[in-house]
Amino acid sequence: MLKSWKSVEPYLLVTPQTLVFLLFLVFPIATIFIVSFWEFTGYSMTPGFTLENYRNIFTSQVSLATYLNTFKFVGLVWFFTLIIGFPVAYFLAFYIDSLRWQIILFLVCTIPFWTSNIIRMISWIPFLGREGLLNKLLMGIGLTSQPIDIFLFSDFAVVLAMVHLYTLFMIVPIFNSLMRIDRNLIAAAEDTGASGFQVFKEVILPLSQPGIAIGSIFVVTLTMGEFVTVRLMSGGQAASVGYLIRNQIGSLQYPLAAANAIILLIVTLAIIFGILRTIDIRKEL
Amino acid sequence: MANLTRRQLLRTGLAAGAMVTATQCARGTPNNPAPGPTVNTNQTKDVTLRFIGTGVSQINEIRQKAEEDLGFKLEMRALSTEENNQIAITQAGQYDVFDGEYFSLPLVVPSGNLQPVDVSRITAFDQIVPIFTTGQLYDGAKVNSSQGTAPHRVMFLTDQESTEFAPEPTNWATLIPFQYNADTLGYRPDLVGREITSWGELFNEEFRGKTSILDIPSIGIIDAAMVVEALGLMTFGDKGNMTREELDQITQILIEQKRAGQFRAFWKTFDESVNLMSSGEVVLQSMWSPAVTAVKAQGIECIYAPLQEGYRAWGGGIGLSRNLSGIELDAAYEYINWMLDGWVGAFLGRQGYYSAAPENAKKFMSQAEWDFWYEGKAATEDMIDPFGTKLESAGAVRDGGSFNDRMGNVVVWNSTMDEQTYLVQKWNEFVAA
Repeated sequence: MLKSWKSVEPYLLVTPQTLVFLLFLVFPIATIFIVSFWEFTGYSMTPGFTLENYRNIFTSQVSLATYLNTFKFVGLVWFFTLIIGFPVAYFLAFYIDSLRWQIILFLVCTIPFWTSNIIRMISWIPFLGREGLLNKLLMGIGLTSQPIDIFLFSDFAVVLAMVHLYTLFMIVPIFNSLMRIDRNLIAAAEDTGASGFQVFKEVILPLSQPGIAIGSIFVVTLTMGEFVTVRLMSGGQAASVGYLIRNQIGSLQYPLAAANAIILLIVTLAIIFGILRTIDIRKEL
Repeated sequence: MANLTRRQLLRTGLAAGAMVTATQCARGTPNNPAPGPTVNTNQTKDVTLRFIGTGVSQINEIRQKAEEDLGFKLEMRALSTEENNQIAITQAGQYDVFDGEYFSLPLVVPSGNLQPVDVSRITAFDQIVPIFTTGQLYDGAKVNSSQGTAPHRVMFLTDQESTEFAPEPTNWATLIPFQYNADTLGYRPDLVGREITSWGELFNEEFRGKTSILDIPSIGIIDAAMVVEALGLMTFGDKGNMTREELDQITQILIEQKRAGQFRAFWKTFDESVNLMSSGEVVLQSMWSPAVTAVKAQGIECIYAPLQEGYRAWGGGIGLSRNLSGIELDAAYEYINWMLDGWVGAFLGRQGYYSAAPENAKKFMSQAEWDFWYEGKAATEDMIDPFGTKLESAGAVRDGGSFNDRMGNVVVWNSTMDEQTYLVQKWNEFVAA
């Protein structure tokens, strides 16, 4: 009796998690997958099987341009979050000794999340806008005579806002892997005559790779599906796949939106798979 | 150091917490202003009518007054036009009363989720402005031959069970109208420096990088059509129902303008258009009437320009869910009759919207208010909106003048085209360009 209970127990323990997983992840994605093959008649969708939605996406110049634009954002945001995030994490891990200060400085990093997206967006206007602080400053010190338009409602603004938002997602995992580096390894490297740069290149960088990989996964997935920031910061003038899907949902074109969502999912998973193939993050876990 | 210490656990937990917060924050819904808080009053009857609608009329003051006068409860949900349509079409069980726009009807009515309104039960139906019934306002008015999804084209159904629009008035209405307005371009006279009299000015190089257009395909495309038609770049068979060739051509023009840097931004919500204008990022753009009012309320000059080519208009009304029956249905009819009785018309009138039964609204407005909003006369006293904000000082005249001057000069309505799917596709192309 007791023995049979023992054998059932793990299954019972895993049941709630499995149910949640099936109900809120597998089931919705399966639904989207099915709907992506349905037919669309202008204002309503009918169950059926058509490849028209996918054919539409693969033959359209717009989806190609939109995906390229999204990749551009992903590349830029990834690059800047990494070159900003890594030094921050490095500083926190190696130069701040007290736990109290590490926590305080971490909280400082979360400041961008203290306000809602819409408020952040509104506050960018008086800062980056044509009559904003930045332009006033540049004109005040004589660097430019005309206000510079590209600060706001441009690709620059989109990347700036996303870097501002997502750098934290890079900092946290990198910090985590930096903290796990055995300090004796660094001491050993120094003892055998390695320069500061060599220590960084031969010891710290390789050992922080899992953190970089996890941070990259966060940043890439968040940016791939992004539409709110893209819309607000570009003033609606730049497209991303997420925004395209949002527009299609808004016009009730659910099957087309579903097909786009499936493709976006596949592309994003492919990128993550690529990252995981390059770097073994199991070391981290 | 490799072992997981309590401190490290704490640190990771903190980071995870930050991450959760962050993902939460990243999911904003800037297009949909949060609905106002719901206040529960003591219920006198058991009926609760659930409304869905756009922010224009899903207002707490209206709900409170209705509950007070009618004795049953209302639940209101303020949504964006797109969400409103989505719920109306796909979630029939979520609402009893659909407060929507006429141009949504070619999408909503085929779903069969609305039941026709029995006109004979509407007491003030004969007082409804003829724009909605026959489409004729007065002899020689431009609105009589206006293009697009004009309300009278989708106002009536052939019979009670039908989902087919009737060309002539019947006893079965899709929506009972209560609000509508004529939209045009708004501009900052202080930054533009001269009078704007034509839609064509939106593409004038003089304002390069300082204009904006509405990023809702069904509305934005009509504004764009007004512009290219005014400039003589294109002519249309029907601006409210373009052919594929016309859509190709107009998208091409829009893309050229976008690439040349004509637009500063596109706006999707009311708030965005107000911010663009009041910050000076944009000096000339398509706007909605209350947005102009909101800019003015900040003490910034803004003109809602009467243009020589005429206005683009929209109209909204109340429709009934197919699910309504018995006592709930009676309550819904009571609400419609109350809505046309004038209090709502006066309330919305003080924000610049027109009432479907203006004569009734007049009973609830002061002579000065009526003269200013409907007659186009100079205000004899300060104009105050229903929320207590001063909109105009004594002596001001409404932009565009009287009701007949404004509504009479409507040349096109917000539209759902036969080529709606293609329009959205082309619009996405424009945004992605």
